[in-house]
Formats: sequence, structure tokens, C-alpha cells
Amino acid sequence: MVLDGLDLSIAKGDSIVILGKSGTGKSVLLKHMIGLLAPDAGTVEIEGDDFWATSRTRRDEIRRRFGMSFQEGALFDSMTVGENIAFPLKRHTKMSPGEVRTRVAECLALVRLHGIEGKRPSELSGGMRRRVGFARAIALKPEVLLFDEPTTGLDPITTDVLARVMIDLRDRMNPTMVTITHDLKVAFEVAERVALLDRGKILVDLPPREFEASDDPRVRAFVRGDGSEDGESSFPEEATA
Amino acid sequence: MGVLETVGRFALEALEFHGRCVTLLGLTVRGLFRRPFDGRGLATQVVRVGFDGLPVVLLTAVFTGAVLALQTYVGFKRFHAEAWVGSVVALSMLRELAPVLTGLMVTGRSGSAMAAEIGSMRVTEQIDALVSLATDPVQYLFVPRILAGIIVVPMLVVLANALGIAGGYLVAVRLLGANPVVYVQNTFQFLDLNDLWSGLVKAAVFGFLLTLIGCQQGFDTKGGAEGVGRATTAAVVLGSLAILVSDFFLTKVLF
Repeated sequence: MVLDGLDLSIAKGDSIVILGKSGTGKSVLLKHMIGLLAPDAGTVEIEGDDFWATSRTRRDEIRRRFGMSFQEGALFDSMTVGENIAFPLKRHTKMSPGEVRTRVAECLALVRLHGIEGKRPSELSGGMRRRVGFARAIALKPEVLLFDEPTTGLDPITTDVLARVMIDLRDRMNPTMVTITHDLKVAFEVAERVALLDRGKILVDLPPREFEASDDPRVRAFVRGDGSEDGESSFPEEATA
Repeated sequence: MGVLETVGRFALEALEFHGRCVTLLGLTVRGLFRRPFDGRGLATQVVRVGFDGLPVVLLTAVFTGAVLALQTYVGFKRFHAEAWVGSVVALSMLRELAPVLTGLMVTGRSGSAMAAEIGSMRVTEQIDALVSLATDPVQYLFVPRILAGIIVVPMLVVLANALGIAGGYLVAVRLLGANPVVYVQNTFQFLDLNDLWSGLVKAAVFGFLLTLIGCQQGFDTKGGAEGVGRATTAAVVLGSLAILVSDFFLTKVLF
């Protein structure tokens, strides 16, 4: 069981970052939020509606209000960058080809990329692929943005660029934002709330400054990167007991 | 106990595979009638399956017709029935060899490519991305490919019929010295329109099976690049088996 007894509420407009070490179920949690995975028990509620109790059509309507950026971008490699970003616009809107082109260029500008519509995903660097993934996620102007490990495996400079892009998106679009990461610098830059996930549960959920200053041994262990007491559990036994 | 376990596991896997195919087929049929219909995707797949399969199918057909003429000639000569080589080649190609060999070639060429492409999409989260973009992945990926298989394989079989008969003619007339007029006359004398239709019905069923299995294997891929390799191999093996087994039952029904 990856998530067990997890209880998390996110208010409209919140920017929450969920931290946790690898394999604790962060991505699984994010995939439950957009309905890529269905819970074995419990519910995922969006504006009070149980997501999996609604009709298929309603679920797709809800998904259209979400934008998700995947770990490696998950760009469709049979399409160009422009076609990737245009994909949701063509399927879910009645925009003319000219309007689609304009919106694609707008989305690319929002992630600080220009004139790469004709490139293939294979021609892009890791950081660019992530940003194109961001651009595709925001194409339909979603109310909720989900970021799955947006900076994992990138160099510090590219990580900084991506963090700035995320802050830009937060400030311009004012979405509800959920970011999964284990990068503390990114977490403190983009978050209004920082939660720590371990063994399928949210251990703490605090504003960034309070999280950073917290005396909670589980938080300290994560912030220090201290794995000395790491056995079966992620954190000191007395803390999780 | 070991044998029982093995048999049980094999039976469960077979049931799971068939159940999965039926479920995905149901979702595909539903996707067929849901909007939006991806006409461009269908056109792309028709071109891809047809164009990619064309050279290998045509080469196979020419040489199959040629070999069939050669073998039949040698056998028939023993009882002075060389004149009927053309009839045997034409009937065999139309009713059996062209649809089966075309199905097998397209399985190797396009069924495997579908499994590899969709499998790569699965392991790189592109299928998750489709769902997150409120797009039904079965409708988007399966419908155009399966329709393309049903449309294109019979078209390839028509060409394979023609080239198989031509291959037989070349060998019989040019190599073995058969009378060209008699050969052509005998080729078409005993052909019935039903021979052509039964081959085309088989081809459409094979096209459906090989694309469904290719898509299913790709869609259910697990475990990274290794998983994609396994899915591709399984698509060819299971697709070929499905063609050969269904061929018997179709022949029984269509005769």
C-alpha cells in the first residue's frame, strides 16, 4: 500500500509543495489528484464531488480544469513542440488555426521559450522539454496546475530557470498549484504551504518559513538529508511513533 | 504440483489476455462512436500500415506465387496435369496464401511497430499525459489503428493476389515453358467471385486481430525499455498465432 490514511485538503489558489524522499508515494498522490489512478479505498473530492463517483464525461470536464506537468515532460514524440501544445486546444476548443497558433506562441512565451514550435521533442534539452510540458499544461488556462518533480535531474542553473517560470505562472495565472519535489530550494521558492509525505501519510503541513525553522525531528532529518537512522522507516522511530 | 501450477498459471494468463482484449475492444467500439472522430489519425495509420507493408507484402506474394507454380508443376507433371498449375496457384493465392501471408507480414511490420510505439508512450508517461489532457487513450490510439488494419490489409491482399498470380505465370511460362494462353485461361477458368471475397473477409479479420493485439500489447506494457521489447515480441507471436488459428475457423465458415 503506497498511500495509507492520507488526508489532505487544498484550498482554491493555494500553492502547496509536497516533499518526501523517493518512493514515498508523492507521484502516486499527484496521479490520484487528476484521476490517473483510482484509490482502492477512500475518496478524491474536487469541490465536494467524489471524482470517481461522477460520470466519465464529468471526469473529463474536471480534468480540463487541471494542467499536469510530468517528470520528463511526457511530450508526444510523434508531434512537434507546436503540435504538442496545440493538442488540447484542437481537441477541446473551437479555436481557429490562427487562434491556436497565437495561443501556442503565448504559452511558449510564458515559459520563456520562443520560436521552437517546429522542433521535435528529441531535439530539446531536458530543461526545455519540461518547459514545453509546462506550456502544454497551461494551454487550456487551467485552474489547477500539478507539477511532478519539475526539476529532478537538472543542473542548478536550469533548476533556477524552471523555479522562476513556476513563480511567473503562479503570479500571472493565480492557479491552485501542487508541486511534488524533493528539491528544498524550489519548494521554499514556489510554496505557500510545504507538506512532508512519508509512509503514505502527510507528517507535517506548514508555511515555508515555519517548515524551515521547524524543530520536528522528521522535518530536520529531511532538511539535513540525514539518512543515518534510516532503516525500514524514513525518519527517527520516536518521531514517527 | 509443479505441473499443475504451470498449467494453472498458463490458463490464468490466457484468460487474462483474452479478457483484456475483450475489454479494450469494448472501449474501442465505444470510442468509435464518441466525438471527436480522428480522421487525420486514421489517414495517417492507413498510409503507414499500407505504405510500410507494401514492399514486404508484394515481394512475399511474387515469390510465393513463383514457388507455388514451381512446386505444383513438378508434382503435377508426374500425372500429366501441368495445365492446371495456373488454377492451383490462383485458387491457393486468393483463398489462403495471400490473406494469411499478408496478415503475417503486416503483423511483423505494423503490429510490432504499433506495440513498440504505444509501449514507448506508456513507459514515458505519454499515455498518462493523454488522460490528463481529458483524452480517452483507447479512442485516440486504438480506433484509428484498428480501422486502418481492417481497411488496409484487404487492399494489400488484392495486390498480393495479383502479384502472386503474376509470379506463378512468370515461372510457369518463362521458366518452365507452359503455353501462356492456356495458362491464363486455366488460371481464371475455375475462379469464383466467392474465392476473392472469402480471402478479403479473412484479410479484414486478420487486420482487425493483428492491430488489436499490437495495440493491446503496447498499451499494457510494463517495465521500461525491456517491457517495450517484450510487448513487441508478444505482439508478433500472439498476432501470428491469432491469424493462424482464426484462419482455420474462418475457412470452415467461409467454405
